[in-house]
Amino acid sequence: MSVRRGMRCRKCGAPAVINMPQHKLALCEEHYLEWVPARVGQTIKRFRMFRPEDKVLVAVSGGKDSLALWDILYRLGYAAEGLYIDLGIGGGYSAESKAKVEAFAAARGGLPYRVVDVRETYGCSIPELARRSRRGAKTCSLCGLVKRHIMNRVAYEGGFAAIATGHNLDDEAAVLMQNTLHWQAGYLGRQAPVLPSTHPHLARKVKPLCLMYEREMAAYSLVRGIDYIYDECPYSVGAKTIFYKELLNQLEGRSPGAKLHFYLSFLKAKEEGTIRFAEEEAVQMQDCRRCGQPTTAGDLCAFCRLWERPEMAVCGPADEFEA
Amino acid sequence: MVKLILRDKTWELPAGITVRDAIKKAGLDPHAVLAMRDGKLINEETLTRPDDVITLISVISGG
Repeated sequence: MSVRRGMRCRKCGAPAVINMPQHKLALCEEHYLEWVPARVGQTIKRFRMFRPEDKVLVAVSGGKDSLALWDILYRLGYAAEGLYIDLGIGGGYSAESKAKVEAFAAARGGLPYRVVDVRETYGCSIPELARRSRRGAKTCSLCGLVKRHIMNRVAYEGGFAAIATGHNLDDEAAVLMQNTLHWQAGYLGRQAPVLPSTHPHLARKVKPLCLMYEREMAAYSLVRGIDYIYDECPYSVGAKTIFYKELLNQLEGRSPGAKLHFYLSFLKAKEEGTIRFAEEEAVQMQDCRRCGQPTTAGDLCAFCRLWERPEMAVCGPADEFEA
Repeated sequence: MVKLILRDKTWELPAGITVRDAIKKAGLDPHAVLAMRDGKLINEETLTRPDDVITLISVISGG
């Protein structure tokens, strides 16, 4: 009878902390902490996300992916500044996530970051905004609209070359699956590791973790000792994305590497022209008269229109526009 | 016995099986969690020992 020695690091033979059948690779703590930034660095170069001299804005939520991304960019030597958007979500969620970001930055010698407090800046937190705009059931889409506006504004004002977000492979594969099941050609056409800037007020968006499994990112945060917010945003409980991630994990169990293959073969097919999505018609864009960001919906963008509604009058001064 | 903990749930399972089998016996997907013992990450092929307390960390988020 053979004696089971347990799984060993492929590089040094020490006990492995993680086994990644998708890469046929098991690694110990030390070599895992080297492997992750190297792989992210390769992804940044492979998709030409940004150059070493570029100023990059990292959108940090306090969760495992965005804090790990900030940590990795810092370790790779990029000039990465954090952006934390305080959404004003109750039950301690926003307060705790902000505290995680503050502690993370402080523990690394005071990494630079900016905070935009939605309530202070616009007069309403996200939940208040959702209630007043009678989009209670669509809090997440409204939150996305507000976050995109703020990210674009901060990137423009701060002269950042790109905004990096912590979307991992599981996020991308889940969205890809959802959009494929619904044949959302427009979304499929736009889904990519890099979203180029098409207007001076629209920042370039990049996803340096797009080839990293969610499990790999959680493992990196744990091994690296990153203290992240473990609880979910209360509004995302029961999100469809989770259902698609579970389905994809079942595929992964049967066929290691299935998620990575699904995403990479989609990108390859688009690049080679095997699958094509009709070019979006050149829609007439104009600059929003309040914020300057481009819009197709008249003279005010969707974000600024939110604040024009009579029920928003009670929301305090929108000092972004008064500055 | 081995104690398996995920958030506010606990399972008691026999020792001597792999972490992966323990996770499956608890009805969970090994791809969706990571296992920690004594504050250290352990791979899923690790054999469980009597009186182990294994904390599972959920890796899926809804963002």
